Amino acid sequence: MTTQELESGRQVTALRRKDLLGIEDLSPDEIGLILDTAEAMKEIGSRPIKKVPALRGKTVVNLFFEPSTRTRTSFEIAEKRLSADTLNIAIGSSSVVKGETLVDTALTLEAMSPDMIVLRHQSSGACHLLSRICKSAIINAGDGTHEHPTQALLDAFTIRERKKRLAGLKVAIIGDLLHSRVLRSNLHLLTKMGAETWVCAPPTLVPKEMRRFGVVVTNVVEDAVRDADVVMLLRIQLERMEGAYFSSLREYATVFGMTEERLRLAKPDVMIMHPGPMNRGVEISSEVADGPYSVILDQVSNGVAVRMAVLYLLAGGAEHEEAA
Amino acid sequence: MSIVMDADRIGRTLTRIAHEIVERNKGVEHLALVGVRTRGVPIAKRLARALKDITAHDVPTGSLDITLYRDDLMRHAVGPQPVVRRTEVTFSIDDKKILLVDDVLFTGRTTRAALDALIDFGRPRAIQLMVLVDRGHRELPIKADYVGKNIPTALADVVHVRLQETDGHDEVVLETGGAA
Repeated sequence: MTTQELESGRQVTALRRKDLLGIEDLSPDEIGLILDTAEAMKEIGSRPIKKVPALRGKTVVNLFFEPSTRTRTSFEIAEKRLSADTLNIAIGSSSVVKGETLVDTALTLEAMSPDMIVLRHQSSGACHLLSRICKSAIINAGDGTHEHPTQALLDAFTIRERKKRLAGLKVAIIGDLLHSRVLRSNLHLLTKMGAETWVCAPPTLVPKEMRRFGVVVTNVVEDAVRDADVVMLLRIQLERMEGAYFSSLREYATVFGMTEERLRLAKPDVMIMHPGPMNRGVEISSEVADGPYSVILDQVSNGVAVRMAVLYLLAGGAEHEEAA
Repeated sequence: MSIVMDADRIGRTLTRIAHEIVERNKGVEHLALVGVRTRGVPIAKRLARALKDITAHDVPTGSLDITLYRDDLMRHAVGPQPVVRRTEVTFSIDDKKILLVDDVLFTGRTTRAALDALIDFGRPRAIQLMVLVDRGHRELPIKADYVGKNIPTALADVVHVRLQETDGHDEVVLETGGAA
């Protein structure tokens, strides 16, 4: 069976890397490969038997140092659909509460030779640290405020599914830009794939590094939404709000919250996205969240397909990692 | 390197097989075609057209990517993963006679994977196998029901099936002894 002839004429046919640490390291071709593979994976979810034997005998550890429902469940379903053996380790029930460090926890797990570790950690860079000391493939499921690559990939997949492309679309991202790893991964991805990206937040929630991404920064939500193809809302992360970034949630909702009225400025076929969990009535009104433009639940189902693609593609290992 | 089937021959062969299919199944009722990616898919579509010309019935046609069912998928500790393409079986295969369509029958491992994949879609009444070329050297107990052409080969030979839809023209070429 040959695999050279791709419909898209893309050169890359494999991820020649050990880990998925962030979107920053990926080339546009690699992103395209993951999204195309995810399309094939999505079909599996519609079969009577939603399981293929591809990762039979592989062990995947889901190591979550932060609470997570959708990401952890999504990874676990993806692993099971590929027939991998999965092991969930949540912080509350592990030796971490007894004071074990991340490195020791990882080395202990590694001694039981898992093939992959899916890591969610509150510190930016935790995945890079593990990737250097572990032989297992490391998949970043969110590290601090750094990256959340599979979220950006599933967002891109969802956009591409509807709009058939990413290049040239106006994507407005509105919300807590300062604390969002989803934002960082999405900015890497959207700029690499040629989307016109706008970000919008109160000045206190705009990180200085935004300029580096070459995106349009605004504090006026109407400007961001005007003629947008995609409006992506980010959660106001109350648990990371140590200082006062704005006077009140109500003020935020009034000035920045996505309402049906504001949405009328966007293109008629605009898509509304939110990585979840939502603060209804703060960054997004219920009418918008449950409205006809919302693809929020599509994002969740596409997450499984995208994670299956990443798990499958990384299971090949990094044969030519140095050369690539 | 020699051309063992040209475009005319491939066309006549598919017409002949279409007649065989109709004869053996006493029509095309309950029949559905599933092409194995990559080149089984255009062959299945051509067969469906030929069957329609003969019987005036549309035969449901799907495509199957067997990559995730390959028995050599995780055999190599490290190595790039083969590209996975879409499987499209939009009809129920329950109680249907499924005709699996592929370009070349060689070791039989692709067919084994395709059988496993098909079973995950339901319980067909029967599964038959059609190949354009049977080149021998089976490693599994698998036999085709309809064969376009039997081509005796050495193990090191390479059979290239080229089709209009995927390669721009129709031909089957035997390359002798080359490093595969």
